[in-house]
Amino acid sequence: MSTMTYPQWEGFCGGEWQRTVDVRSFIQRNYTPYDGDESFLTGTTARTRAVWSKCEALLLRELKQGVLDVETHIVSGIDNFAPGYIDRENEVIVGLQTDAPLKRIVNLYGGKRMAKSSLEQYGYTLDPEIDRHFCEYRKTHNEGVFDAYPQRTRVARNAGLLTGLPDAYGRGRIIGDYRRVALYGIDRLIEFKQQDLLELDGPMDDERIRLREEISEQIRALGQVKAMAARYGVDLSAPAADAREAVQFVYMAYLAGVKENNGAATSLGRCSTFLDIYMERDLERGVLTEEGAQELMDQFIIKLRLVRHLRTPEYNELFGGDPTWVTEAIGGMGVDGRSLVTKNSFRCLHTLTNLGSAPEPNLTVLWSERLPENFKRYCAKMSIDTDSIQYESDELMRPIYGDDYAIACCVSAMTLGKQMQFFGARCNIAKCLLYAINGGMDERLGVQVVPGIEPITDEVLDYDRVRENYEKVLAYVAELYVDTMNIIHFMHDKYAYEASQMALHDSQVERLTAFGIAGLSVAADSLSAIRYARVKPVRNDQGIAVDFVTEGDFPQYGNDDDRADDEAVFVVRTFARELKKHPLYRNAQHTLSALTITSNVMYGKKTGTTPDGRKLGEPLAPGANPMHGRDVNGALASLNSVAKIPYRNVCQDGVSNTFTVVPEALGRDDEQRRDNLVSILDGYFGQGAHHLNVNVLQRETLIEAMDHPEKYPSLTIRVSGYAVNFNRLSREQQEEVVRRTFHTAI
Amino acid sequence: MTGRMHALESMGLVDGPGVRAVVFLQGCPLRCRYCHNPDSQCDAGGREIGEDELLRRLLRLRPYFARGGGVTFSGGEPLGQPEFLLRMLRRLKREGIHTCLDTAGAGLGDYDEILANTDLVLFDVKHEDPKAYRRLTGGDIARPRAFVEAVRRAGVPMWVRHVVVPGLTDGEEHLAALRAYIATLPRVERVELLPYHSMGAEKYAALGRPYPLAGVPDMDKATCAALERRWFTTWN
Repeated sequence: MSTMTYPQWEGFCGGEWQRTVDVRSFIQRNYTPYDGDESFLTGTTARTRAVWSKCEALLLRELKQGVLDVETHIVSGIDNFAPGYIDRENEVIVGLQTDAPLKRIVNLYGGKRMAKSSLEQYGYTLDPEIDRHFCEYRKTHNEGVFDAYPQRTRVARNAGLLTGLPDAYGRGRIIGDYRRVALYGIDRLIEFKQQDLLELDGPMDDERIRLREEISEQIRALGQVKAMAARYGVDLSAPAADAREAVQFVYMAYLAGVKENNGAATSLGRCSTFLDIYMERDLERGVLTEEGAQELMDQFIIKLRLVRHLRTPEYNELFGGDPTWVTEAIGGMGVDGRSLVTKNSFRCLHTLTNLGSAPEPNLTVLWSERLPENFKRYCAKMSIDTDSIQYESDELMRPIYGDDYAIACCVSAMTLGKQMQFFGARCNIAKCLLYAINGGMDERLGVQVVPGIEPITDEVLDYDRVRENYEKVLAYVAELYVDTMNIIHFMHDKYAYEASQMALHDSQVERLTAFGIAGLSVAADSLSAIRYARVKPVRNDQGIAVDFVTEGDFPQYGNDDDRADDEAVFVVRTFARELKKHPLYRNAQHTLSALTITSNVMYGKKTGTTPDGRKLGEPLAPGANPMHGRDVNGALASLNSVAKIPYRNVCQDGVSNTFTVVPEALGRDDEQRRDNLVSILDGYFGQGAHHLNVNVLQRETLIEAMDHPEKYPSLTIRVSGYAVNFNRLSREQQEEVVRRTFHTAI
Repeated sequence: MTGRMHALESMGLVDGPGVRAVVFLQGCPLRCRYCHNPDSQCDAGGREIGEDELLRRLLRLRPYFARGGGVTFSGGEPLGQPEFLLRMLRRLKREGIHTCLDTAGAGLGDYDEILANTDLVLFDVKHEDPKAYRRLTGGDIARPRAFVEAVRRAGVPMWVRHVVVPGLTDGEEHLAALRAYIATLPRVERVELLPYHSMGAEKYAALGRPYPLAGVPDMDKATCAALERRWFTTWN
């Protein structure tokens, strides 16, 4: 295509981005790195305060009720809802999912059963007309999946071997490149897609037919996005002309995604530095002040904090606290060595000060030792003050994904607009180890889940025999898991395709299928116990080991002791290798994460006693964390253990670790705490670690908040991969968080 | 050679500058009434650890030592194992790692080599008065005084630390005398008052020993910080 020009682009440096859709090129040609400190930041404007105070009241009501309201007469869709406002005259950025704030959408495309049961749970009934239409004329993703599931998948689901599968609701983890709408306007994006469709000709095999249909859906969706915005008086047809429009356009594009879909995680991408370019231009032109720029970010973030989906109680058991994972990736370095930190990176984090701490959006700093020192120190300060930031290693991800990737959900990197992910929930590898001991029989249900495994009947468990069986179990489970994923995503593409989000990707997109594991530390410690101590199973009538007697000491994961840590590495390497033996739907690439959200509690409930000393029903450790209380050599030794879990080509979807420390242990004063936290982050990521949640808080605060939630309405803490309002966790989840290792000073 | 180690804390952020690994060596000649680690007092406790193993474990933590961090030897009384301590300090210095010695100065003399390999002394002043010192620790104040002279000769900078126990070491007269004493010490860069806490009581119970300060309340942290500001701003 020839070079495009628009009056809205005046003052920008030209480049490849004017010939094709290439937001990265636009950023690289136009952004202004900032290495100063936070002293330029400003507070909220009167307008922001007016809007936010209304929201705060609504959020408090929602916290008490669970759900504020649900729209039961309209089904999800990009342009199905009348415009809604919070405080029309004070809203600088407009747009809500439905016609009122916090009013949730019913999405039936993922699955009717789950949607209807969530409605019932909260005392709502679906409009009978809609119910009838969906029963008579429309099949859902959930129905498709269950038509195709083989018996072995059903058994694995029931036993709790595979859990949290996106087979009854939206899969999520797809990040549209929402910036494209601001940079190019919808009309131009439609033209590009039309061109793609024209060029996509040739023998009509499965893939080509499917893609042609999808691009057509995308084009239609782009039209609907434009129509939806027009209802708010926002014209998306041409590029954004100024900073306010840029923020508004990006938000409209994102909003379309959360009107159309209810995916577990609907992340935002990497917008702050992109938006900074518009802000810098406006500041220079004298049409925007610093207060105005902050107001745009504050109001944008307010909107993102209000995103909701309708969930069932079972869902909350897995992913506690009503999360939406509006993840925004901030910072990182460019491949040319310049930092991607801009003033707007600060403004984005500063919303935590202006609006108070909150779990959403899921603010994620892409960490590099080379980031400007001022920014690093500011991040550390904000972590200490708000517990609302997670850190992920830019040095680890940039070589794989380039310098324009973002994070979906908690840890999943993908190049914006060029890659998408098929979300795969997780598999319980602690349970897999019990299957290795028990001949594939489930220790709780007493049924065969994995066939062809010889039960181990030795009085004392022999490491080599257990390990040999374990590898067999992992091989079987990997194949089963791949097959299950393939069915889910085949059906999701067919019945619940995310047209508005995929429209903001290149038509030829790369696909990643993200598998996951839970129970890493339990598996590692159990293997270590079997190897270095004497473990005697106590078997029931069926011959299933229901308890273990362990004599002697054994090294435990989390102490920087290779003997135990190598067991963890063995587990992830083996499972990743086995997964890769099986081809994926649409030639996707296999990735794997050690990430649990809060599902470690539920997974634990469904897992029998394990050889490491964990009892039946007790929670597993979250993500890749060592089991609480077992890391006895202090926090850094614990971090070092987790840093050994390989990312590249193994756990390439992420290795989640949560670090909780009491303020006194971090240093004597604010200055020291800040510096020490920066040193810890540099030290941890410098060893090739991938992810760290940082909480700086007192255990007593959490205990008090359990009994007096009203005293801590916005108490935010980071758990595996996301931040959550502590009060929205179940009692069980709260107790598990409190039990976790708090690093204190000796 | 091997030493006896009570514990290794990989993240010590309050015992010296920056992020520090703290090696708690086993054994202490003092019996401070407020000691919160009574299980580190007996020479025979802890576990034996070789120089090589300890060094290897400490070097694993080097990535965190930027911005002034390093290794702190604490105890027990680290000067109670002078030979092992010296060897470790030398090897760490050879690796370019900043070293701190957290001590009450209750060693047996011959400190010059140790101090030549120490970047900073965290000097725990138990008490400035000989009688009170003996009452509090069971030891002779001559020892820390000899240690101070060695530090003076070596020219190593010092952070003074002092535990404040309600009713025992929080009095006006005592703090004034303490200040006067600290003024005589060489190269003092900082004075830290540490609030007494009773978290060690459980350890006494586990060891079957009576808790010497039973009934004494924890020192209020804010009050302690105020005392530090009031009496020791000169150094901070």
